[in-house]
Amino acid sequence: MATMTETTPPGTEAPAFWDLDPHEHPPGASTMLGFWLYLMSDCLIFAMLFASWGVYGASYAGGPTPKELFDLKLVAVNTAMLLFSSITYGFAMIASDEKRKSAVLGWLAATGLFGAAFLAIELYEFSHLLHEGAGPQRSAFLSAFFTLVGTHGLHVTFGLIWLITLMVQVSRRGLEPANLRRLQCLSLFWHFLDVIWIGVFTFVYLLGVLR
Amino acid sequence: MSDTLLKFLFGRLSIESFPIHEPIILATFIAVALGGVVLLGALTYFKLWGYLWKEWFTSVDHKKIGIMYMVLGLVMLLRGFADAIMMRLQQAMAFGANEGYLNAHHFDQIFTAHGVIMIFFVAMPFVTGLMNFVVPLQIGARDVSFPFLNNFSFWMTAAGAAVVMASLFVGEFARTGWLAMAPLSGLDYSPDVGVDYYIWALQVAGVGTLLSGVNLLATIIKMRAPGMTMMKMPVFTWSALVTNVLIVAAFPILTAVLAMLSLDRYVGTHFFTNTGGGNPMMYVNMIWIWGHPEVYILILPAFGIFSEVVSTFSGKRLFGYTSMIYALIVICILAYLVWLHHFFTMGSGASVNSFFGITTMIISIPTGAKIFNWLFTMYKGRIRFELPMMWSIAFMLTFVIGGMTGVLLAVPPADFVLHNSLFLIAHFHNVIIGGVLFGMFAGINYWWPKAFGFKLDKKWGLVSFWCWVVGFWVAFTPLYILGLMGITRRLRHFDDPSLQIWFVIAALGAAIIAVGIAAFLIQIFVSIRNREALRDFTGDPWDGRSLEWATSSPPPEYNFAFTPVIHDLDAWYDMKSRNAARPVDGFRDIHMPKSTGAGMILAGMSAVIALAMIWYIWWLAALAFVGLLVVAIGHTFNYDRDFHIPADEVTRVENARTQSLASAGL
Repeated sequence: MATMTETTPPGTEAPAFWDLDPHEHPPGASTMLGFWLYLMSDCLIFAMLFASWGVYGASYAGGPTPKELFDLKLVAVNTAMLLFSSITYGFAMIASDEKRKSAVLGWLAATGLFGAAFLAIELYEFSHLLHEGAGPQRSAFLSAFFTLVGTHGLHVTFGLIWLITLMVQVSRRGLEPANLRRLQCLSLFWHFLDVIWIGVFTFVYLLGVLR
Repeated sequence: MSDTLLKFLFGRLSIESFPIHEPIILATFIAVALGGVVLLGALTYFKLWGYLWKEWFTSVDHKKIGIMYMVLGLVMLLRGFADAIMMRLQQAMAFGANEGYLNAHHFDQIFTAHGVIMIFFVAMPFVTGLMNFVVPLQIGARDVSFPFLNNFSFWMTAAGAAVVMASLFVGEFARTGWLAMAPLSGLDYSPDVGVDYYIWALQVAGVGTLLSGVNLLATIIKMRAPGMTMMKMPVFTWSALVTNVLIVAAFPILTAVLAMLSLDRYVGTHFFTNTGGGNPMMYVNMIWIWGHPEVYILILPAFGIFSEVVSTFSGKRLFGYTSMIYALIVICILAYLVWLHHFFTMGSGASVNSFFGITTMIISIPTGAKIFNWLFTMYKGRIRFELPMMWSIAFMLTFVIGGMTGVLLAVPPADFVLHNSLFLIAHFHNVIIGGVLFGMFAGINYWWPKAFGFKLDKKWGLVSFWCWVVGFWVAFTPLYILGLMGITRRLRHFDDPSLQIWFVIAALGAAIIAVGIAAFLIQIFVSIRNREALRDFTGDPWDGRSLEWATSSPPPEYNFAFTPVIHDLDAWYDMKSRNAARPVDGFRDIHMPKSTGAGMILAGMSAVIALAMIWYIWWLAALAFVGLLVVAIGHTFNYDRDFHIPADEVTRVENARTQSLASAGL
């Protein structure tokens, strides 16, 4: 990219109009930006679900209220699981910077276990609510609750599938550029889900119980 | 027992699902089936399947994908227009004792399908297709950022279109109007498959739209040629940038609201129901928060096209480039602040209505600035009345009227009278046909020589042009008048015979437009037949100003053998006026992405999921979903995604170009 940049006013000697120097265009140069854009669009889906929570959060239709339903201690444990999984993912990224493949795989496995624990607790909570007759059909409040929390859970599920796929790929092909890029994308995705969960924990559970 | 088995195997699909008792649909089906058999037979006879699969369906070349989008848009335009002319005919006939020829069940599906198809499967593919084809060329890139994703996006859009088309012959389409307002679209009032067809078609196509938005954004931000700063970007690329910001920031909203509607229908949640704490007005709000940006998603690329065309055919630099860009950005922001003007009558109160009325009126300021900029570009220019320029001028005259009726509707008290009337219908057809569609025709006539290497026939182009413009006014002026008289939209039958004359005139207008569409198809046919006479040897048939005219027509697979370096806004005009010599030797290998069939397979599986979900065939939906996952994951194990075009091949192509230029005397 040596032959460019300055603008010459017309009339002066013609500058280079073609980039003749050989240089490589590294593949995947746009990947991180593209993935960010995708994440922001995903964030908007959650924004709509949060908005519907805001509107429907108190539409109990004569049914149970958050105070009666939510077990904050369980949710606290659940939150801890997801936060831990973000920390372990962070360690995986540090290990990937240092090109330590087995450490990366180990930390990814730990992330996956924490993620699975999160999902298991969430499923337990859901089944418990369904058992009490507080399913998504009961009231708009519960519709909004199950949709928001469930959409987050679905994202974590896909994150887990992705994580396992990526572990296979890293163990087969090592920490090569394409895999490093994928690790970074999943890292963004995983931390993004964490951020969304902070919102869920605050607005749905904590403020829900206060309501 | 066998009943349960049948129900398990086929869900709610049964023999009765095929509308064989409807003679109109049956005749259409026979015609489509015969046409399809002839087409498939011809493809097989001429052994074109391999060619289509290798060169088109699996191609990740942005130019070919762009052209496929345009073909999809054109095919769906014929379907959408067939719906339109059926409605016009029904409304021209159905007065007093005459019930017309369409029953209510069928008529309601037609107006819904017309809207859905025209917006999602005509206007969107046209817009996306042109952006796909033109943007990488204008920024001097070899492809988009994510070529595979581009192919996948196209096939998702096509799969959505296929799902809509399936509803014509299997089951029925929604009878709710194009936005499927709740609670009418809820299970209580629409228990059959129509709304499910609507939801799944839009969800599948929506994935394609969103991903293509992400793709083009990343492309424009990351892949511009050296020297092309943001304020040296061609104005069409700018309009594409802003449009794709709107797409990425609006389509997730549609995804979310349709997902909630599906949950209401499939799971029994209470988002938009009248009972259980639900609130149908949430649906109206949320769908319009997507819906209003959507209309700018359609019109802004058209504004970009007009800017290019007016500048090129006036032989002048675009007047007020910077203000054009800021106008685009302001419209982009205001697009999110006006949604409530679609339902002033909801009863939000005077303050809220005033806010949204005022923001709506403010939009006319940047839009008006753009109109003046185009006029000032033409002022003292050497205007050439080629087809793209004709469409642009017709746009300016038509669109201004549509804009003014829009400002009129933005006044809440006036809107209380005109809401849901034919005045509104006339208004948005005035801006969508007069803006978007005229823009697409300008763009097609402008870039066709770039895409195929020969110009479009002017004579038939003019026939098409005049029929469209005259037909539009004959068809929609009566609707303005009827709307002012208080006639509401979507009516199948009328009692007052004094109104009939206006509907007859409107039907006549639709017939004139039909001639315009036929002339457009003839124009394409005649141009292909006379392609040698219309051939463009230079790659720059219009004396263009931006980079797409710097390469051959059609461009080589790699677009540019060497990346251009930009020093001026009108980069190609700058190169020409300073005699920039085209490099003729020293070519190197060019790194390009490989074709793949994965996108088509994934989209096909998505269509199967959609159809299975629509018909409650749960096992098939689950199976197709697992298949989708397996293929998607399998695709990520393919690390070998690119190849090099050898320097010899590049040299061969470029030498042919050198000869072609020499034959044109350059």
